[in-house]
Amino acid sequence: MNKILIVAQKELRDGLRNRWTSAITVIFILISLGLAYFGSATAGVLGFSSLESTLVSLASLCVMLIPLIALMLAYNCFVGELEQGTLLLLMTYPLSNAQLLLGKFTGQAAIITLASVLGFGLPAIIICLVSDVDVASVLTAFSQFIVLASLLGWVFIALAYIISLSVTEKSKAAGLALIVWFLFVLVFDLVLMAILVASEGNISETIVPFLLWVNPTDVFRILVYTIIGAESYSGVLQIAEHGADGTVYLFLVMMLWVVLPLLCSWWIFNKKELSE
Amino acid sequence: MNDIAVDLNQVCKYYPNVNALHPLTMSVKSGEVLGLFGHNGAGKSTLMKLILGILKPSTGSVSALGHCPSSNQAHNYRTQFGYLPENVSFYEHLCGREVLHYLAKLKGHNKTQADRLLEEVNLAPAADRAVKTYSKGMRQRLGLAQAFLGSPKLLILDEPTVGLDPVATQDFYLTVDRLKSGGCAVILCSHVLPGVEHHIDRAMILSKGRKLALGPLAELREAANLPIEVSVSGLTRSVIETKMKGIITESDWLQSSSQGALHNRFNSAAENKLNILRNLSSEENLQDLHIKLPSLEDLYRYYLPDFNNAAI
Repeated sequence: MNKILIVAQKELRDGLRNRWTSAITVIFILISLGLAYFGSATAGVLGFSSLESTLVSLASLCVMLIPLIALMLAYNCFVGELEQGTLLLLMTYPLSNAQLLLGKFTGQAAIITLASVLGFGLPAIIICLVSDVDVASVLTAFSQFIVLASLLGWVFIALAYIISLSVTEKSKAAGLALIVWFLFVLVFDLVLMAILVASEGNISETIVPFLLWVNPTDVFRILVYTIIGAESYSGVLQIAEHGADGTVYLFLVMMLWVVLPLLCSWWIFNKKELSE
Repeated sequence: MNDIAVDLNQVCKYYPNVNALHPLTMSVKSGEVLGLFGHNGAGKSTLMKLILGILKPSTGSVSALGHCPSSNQAHNYRTQFGYLPENVSFYEHLCGREVLHYLAKLKGHNKTQADRLLEEVNLAPAADRAVKTYSKGMRQRLGLAQAFLGSPKLLILDEPTVGLDPVATQDFYLTVDRLKSGGCAVILCSHVLPGVEHHIDRAMILSKGRKLALGPLAELREAANLPIEVSVSGLTRSVIETKMKGIITESDWLQSSSQGALHNRFNSAAENKLNILRNLSSEENLQDLHIKLPSLEDLYRYYLPDFNNAAI
């Protein structure tokens, strides 16, 4: 346990030092303030108008951005140390693979979480201060959003570790990370839509909503919609209306999306032989 | 306390298309320094990684400090390992002190010890600079400092003196000698042969994954039966020849010897050493007499006939 914290501390300190944490925080602050202020511009109004529309736009933007940030943060976590030669050294230290993996995950997950707390928390406070809103509901919604955004980040950090442990070159890991992002964020929804349209409703209606569970970014979006009580889902998410949107289940699915990739990377790590 | 620090029994390592290590049996006792020699690709690094548990043997069994190094629980015993990889590298953006503090914490030691080691390897003045500004020698010294963390009972050093200046090399051997007298088993792998001779108890020569020789240097010398080289000043070749009838033949003279010269060199079997001393020291004109025993490098060349052809 202690070893995990030592590794986590180093990762966190690295993240603070190389400005990753501050960069992500600033991005989060800018997009949330921007969306809050300009979100209703199409309706001819400036300024914070609706909590619901702000969070819905924020969710659609974050669903693209957070996976990308998490993958970029974590893709070279192991392959970088492998290329550098430090992984070989660490493997001769009194440190198990699981401890190293969990340590790195804890550290990098902390970076994303810290950035979410500051990057979405500060705008929430600013919104409360400058506009005439129900403080309690804004803060509740934003804090739930922070939890979900962090969770989404964790999922993609864990996925990045699978990539990072499977390849031996940093550049390959970067390429794979980009492909993973593209598949989950852009391709999946399109393919799912295409399948639904092509099958002309022949797929059992009870199964369809569960197809969304295969994509953590969709689970994230449904969760955001659920917590803010949005009335209308958009795009592929409409199929979620047919069920499978129980908050607890979805939350568990999200957790599973963190745990399974971590287990998978642990398995790859144990199989790996560092022969250079 | 188990006396055997490292024990290998019929260990093989295969890769899909290379046979990195042929069946190898060897052991290293506590308080013993084993020198490991061989070309690049001879299997030295593979052997070290097997002992460290980074690689699993294809067949056979490895035991380090009484435990199987590649078992799931092995990481608990690694507190007593010290390892210096070849071309050691660190976190470039951290400063030397931070790197050593981190590694010390992972080994369960405090910062004070890390700072003391930095002093010991003369890295204290540069300790607060980023590792990326370090020279090869400074990185090597940082690598040694991390290997010496704690009081290792098993020290595995791959090319430890590369990049070190003579003073640092001397300091390094002193530390090795100190750890050795404390009961630490040391496996030292080196290409730089001069200097290492006086610090190793046994030598092992590997080539293409096979053990060519293993034993104390004196034994290896005896088995190789390499000639000694005698340099004589003040005597002409003919004088020496009359004095040493029956001991030297024409072919023993080394190239540089010409008839009238007063500096002559010749080879002779090791057992003639005392005879030569006795016969030549009685000559009045003798100015200097120097007998050179076969060096580790000569032994190396003897056991590895293709030494000169190999790409180093």
